[in-house]
Amino acid sequence: MSLKFPIYMDYQATTPMDPRVLEEMNPYFDDKFGNAASRNHSFGWEAEKAVDDAREKLAAVINADPREIIFTSGATESDNMALKGVAEMYKKKGNHIVTSAIEHKAIIDSAKRLETWGFDVTYIEPPEDGITTAEMVEDALRDDTILVSIMAANNEVGVLNPIAEIGALCRGRGILFHTDATQGYGKIPIDVDEMNIDLLSASAHKVYGPKGVGIIYVRRRRPRVRLSAIIDGGGHERGMRSGTLNVSGIVGFGKAAELCMEEMEEENIRLTNLRDKFKATMFESLEEVYVNGHETKRLSGNLNLSFPYVEGESLIMGLSDVAVSSGSACTSASLEPSYVLKSMGRGDELAHSSIRYGFGRFTTEEEIDYVAEKTTDIVNRLREMSPLYEMVKEGVDLSKVEWQSH
Amino acid sequence: MAYSDKVVDHYNNPRNVGSLDKSDQTVGTGIVGAPECGDVMKLQIKVDDGGLIEDAKFKTFGCGSAIASSSLATEWLKGKTVDEAEEIKNTQIVEELNLPPVKIHCSVLAEDAIKTALNDFREKNGMPVVERKGHH
Repeated sequence: MSLKFPIYMDYQATTPMDPRVLEEMNPYFDDKFGNAASRNHSFGWEAEKAVDDAREKLAAVINADPREIIFTSGATESDNMALKGVAEMYKKKGNHIVTSAIEHKAIIDSAKRLETWGFDVTYIEPPEDGITTAEMVEDALRDDTILVSIMAANNEVGVLNPIAEIGALCRGRGILFHTDATQGYGKIPIDVDEMNIDLLSASAHKVYGPKGVGIIYVRRRRPRVRLSAIIDGGGHERGMRSGTLNVSGIVGFGKAAELCMEEMEEENIRLTNLRDKFKATMFESLEEVYVNGHETKRLSGNLNLSFPYVEGESLIMGLSDVAVSSGSACTSASLEPSYVLKSMGRGDELAHSSIRYGFGRFTTEEEIDYVAEKTTDIVNRLREMSPLYEMVKEGVDLSKVEWQSH
Repeated sequence: MAYSDKVVDHYNNPRNVGSLDKSDQTVGTGIVGAPECGDVMKLQIKVDDGGLIEDAKFKTFGCGSAIASSSLATEWLKGKTVDEAEEIKNTQIVEELNLPPVKIHCSVLAEDAIKTALNDFREKNGMPVVERKGHH
């Protein structure tokens, strides 16, 4: 099989739509254009039926009741709803929220907003493996804690958190537990009952569905979770999220969820094999490489590597026919390198040297082989050009050098 | 981010990568930047008996624009006198490479590396060093 360029290896940023999803959506852009809230004619009924079918498929992925699924514009909105909605609704009960320092910005920035509203937030800093344990959460809990929000899988380093243990802890203490499952939904087994999850965020475009549609799972019983709405209007979605439903997007998300359920096991085996082959090639052909985040407790489709003495953006520039992402500052508008890697104690230097490889449903073995070889070539070329590499070869301890920073 | 053709050219075909003997009296060395900031440049010049820069080498840890800025600097240094080299400004590098605003710091670092290398040479040879304005 011949390679098609550019090669996409950024599956944690977004995923291409599965053709089967697009096919399912098409009629809803065409003659099935009804508003799911129209109660008086068949156009509306048809749309409502399509939404209900999707809701069922989406609920099944996490063993939820379909009535517990609320449609949103994406996981960012869902995360905002979880934090702000719970804080507003339960503020008489307590003032404290626990999350981690390496959550997605949708959580971090919502938490920062809550601080300006007078709430106290504890940001747990996970150690080098990137995992937030139940013990760390327990240490952060207070008598006035009303919500814990810990992600299921991290978007940068791909590590998986012990969601079931954190859920059990929170349930035992009568504290609501939200998990941002944007990277985990449909990719790892999640059961909201077994894991004592009260709120969960997910997004369609991370699971081969369309952009612009997400869900928030809101538990209805034991306990019944109530949320203050952020968006007011026609009272759609049990009053929690007003606005005409994105029927075609929802249909697509439903189909995408169904495919994930059917293919999860097989896909995880295939991706784990590809990832491990990729990793083995890198470790064989390069002398110094680090895996960022826990070695095995991670998404099958993620490998975040640091290549010491090579700056991430220059590496990406060399990988011009491959789409990957770097934790280095230069690729983003901010001048700070990845807050996730920094917080994990990786040090700015290794954060600047990191690349996130994301694999997924359409990644082939040929692509893996090509990217591994190309990365090796460029890392070697850039190391020959690197004053840091030269100093290390001369026996200089880089941590002892007095750098003339500007 | 899209790079200018000139940046891409210097990245793909860097001029004068390498090292000169830093203990040689005719060689001046400038190492600037810091790994935690994401860029470190090493720039070296070798000055002949007539006071002309006969050779220049660089090694850079940094983004494509930092590599291009230092590569370009070595090209410009060759054939100049030490005093002429002092006149190279970061704004000229910005202009030549079409650097966007977020990459101007790469050119500043290159100018810094040039001036540090020139002063190292002067110091080694008993010449008065050129006072520098405060760091950025």
